[in-house]
Amino acid sequence: MMGRYIVKRVLLMIPTLIAISVIVFTIIQLPPGNYLESYIAELQAQGESVDPQRIAFLREYYGLDKPLHEQYLRWAGGMLVGDFGYSFEFNMPVSRVVGDRMLLTIIVSFVTIIFTWAIAFPIGIYSATHQYSWGDYGLSFLGFLGIAVPNFMLALVMMYVANVFFGTSIGGLMAPEYIDKPWSWDKVQSVLAHSWIPVVVIGTSGTAGMIRRLRANLLDELQKQYVVTARAKGLPPRKALYKYPLRMALNFFISDIGSLLPSIISGAEITAVVLSLPTTGPMLLNALKSQDMYLAGSFLMFLAVMIVIGVLISDLALVALDPRIRLSGGVAR
Amino acid sequence: MNDALPVGQADHFVSTEPFDPGAAARLTPEQERFYLASQWKLMWWKFKRHRVAVASGLILLLMYASTLVSEVLVPYNLHTRNTDFIYAPPQPVHLFHEGRFVGPFVYELEKTLNMETLRRDYSEKTSTPLPIRFFCSGDSYRFWGAVEMSFHLLCPAQGATLFLLGTDRLGRDMLSRIFYGARISLTIGLLGIAISFALALVIGGMAGYFGGWVDSLVQRMIEIIRSFPELPLWMALSAVLPVTWSPILVYFGITGILALLDWTGLARAVRSKLLALREEDYTTAARLMGAKPSRIIGRHLLPGFMSHLIASATLSIPGMILGETALSFLGIGLRPPITSWGVLLNEAQNINVVALYPWLMLPVVPVIVVILAFNFFGDGLRDAADPYR
Repeated sequence: MMGRYIVKRVLLMIPTLIAISVIVFTIIQLPPGNYLESYIAELQAQGESVDPQRIAFLREYYGLDKPLHEQYLRWAGGMLVGDFGYSFEFNMPVSRVVGDRMLLTIIVSFVTIIFTWAIAFPIGIYSATHQYSWGDYGLSFLGFLGIAVPNFMLALVMMYVANVFFGTSIGGLMAPEYIDKPWSWDKVQSVLAHSWIPVVVIGTSGTAGMIRRLRANLLDELQKQYVVTARAKGLPPRKALYKYPLRMALNFFISDIGSLLPSIISGAEITAVVLSLPTTGPMLLNALKSQDMYLAGSFLMFLAVMIVIGVLISDLALVALDPRIRLSGGVAR
Repeated sequence: MNDALPVGQADHFVSTEPFDPGAAARLTPEQERFYLASQWKLMWWKFKRHRVAVASGLILLLMYASTLVSEVLVPYNLHTRNTDFIYAPPQPVHLFHEGRFVGPFVYELEKTLNMETLRRDYSEKTSTPLPIRFFCSGDSYRFWGAVEMSFHLLCPAQGATLFLLGTDRLGRDMLSRIFYGARISLTIGLLGIAISFALALVIGGMAGYFGGWVDSLVQRMIEIIRSFPELPLWMALSAVLPVTWSPILVYFGITGILALLDWTGLARAVRSKLLALREEDYTTAARLMGAKPSRIIGRHLLPGFMSHLIASATLSIPGMILGETALSFLGIGLRPPITSWGVLLNEAQNINVVALYPWLMLPVVPVIVVILAFNFFGDGLRDAADPYR
């Protein structure tokens, strides 16, 4: 039963991924005119000579003289074998330009999710069990503030504060000596030590949203009849909370990844621009500004795939956690 | 007659007043008012009890009202440049000059060029107070693009300056620019939500009412849109807006882009509600009488949960305002001369600004206030629209 569900769930991802890739490809094609033509025109306007051989190579590579659907197939097929296209700006394959950035994006997002959970869980439970207390009001207000303050401003201010009080430059994600070095345990440690500011900045809005959703969910659960019955029978309040309502809330915690992950990734991109982290953010912005669409497209595709896989993992975790889903063979929402 | 009754039987009292069969179920005037009130009236009563929400609503009302008369409220025009006062810090307002009450006034700003840091240092020359003028004439402007006027609520003293929130790199008054920026930032949220609301009603309505393949198609579409991270997709879409577009066209383009990704949540709500409501007897009755689907959806089904929808829509306005701010901050949203809070914040791009000219970050304050206000207001509306609370 379980195995069949997993297979079904993974197969369902395929049409989603195809649709996403079509959308991304459409966006790549949106700027008016053929990208290559405007690129050549720009080079000529700058007085640089255009190597006709390279132009011919690019034209061939993307099949630019072929119809659109063939161009799409070429692009999407390339991605399947790890070929993400060619960056016009950097003059090399996208996969080479990107380097560690995608991995670092994954690391930062992952650490942020852990951070979000670690903060949101106790606060959400406190707020729900102490509804309308001063603590609840205060924490709710803090949560609202977390939603309202734009990520990028928080990043700027944190950067300034860290500079003044701790004397550390916190731009970047690792100590300078590790940049462009192969991965080692020391490098991982350095990344972790440098990642706390981005994690806090990216995490605030997600955490605030999560606290509010968790509180609402747990409140609904606490008003259900079985909780009332349990308390009427004289179950200690602590046990009446931990035994069932909390486990239900845990369930929600996992399934909420679907809405948490997009917000974290969005936040990560803009925060990375301000803090100039070596993740996908700054490069995506640059690629978009210089209309290096193939590079931008692969970043967009990568981020979307990350979310799809994140949701897949959360669904599978739910299956493992929740017997109702496991037994009925589908996610019941 | 009574006298004729046998002795020993209890007196039987009969009221002489006319009999009223509804007496037991009679409502007090208060109850009557409550039971006969319309749904919107009930919502209003419930909403009024929510003090924070009412206060937030008032703040929003004031802010939106201010956009109608921004020109009058502020001392300078949007593009007035004071080239002698570049990066001037906020001028403090004083009330007492040498222990004597003068009313609100400022001191003259004195500029010195610090030769070590090459910064302009501003200090106050405390010799003469320069009272702020009220209801005065200053920079002239075309009110609503039509009437030539120069009336301002407050202006600097003759020949003096009044930079309550400092100036930017071209010597433009921040306070005035923040007020003008409200026009764009606040309307983009309303316009965007209007578009996304319409999209959600039509698409979600069709999915919920017709069900079947329409429903599954819409469901898949929503799933796919939702699996994109919002901000990067917004960035990509606004980056491909043609550079040849006029600023006003870019404004509508950005609004459209924000709305294009926002309707999914509302559409889901509409769909699930309609799926339940279309099985109701009154829907069947309407269908049997030959009503068209558009009439059944629009006339019979939607009004039933419209209040709830409006409340949820209010809650998604802040996301749009934040989205525009972020895009403009990154430099791929609106561009000058259109001025929004995000465009203003674009000047505060790096840590040097935070250290040297912190007042350039002030436009973030109205952003935070508006987002908070919309959240509290929307929460209050939602609670009021919920009949079970």
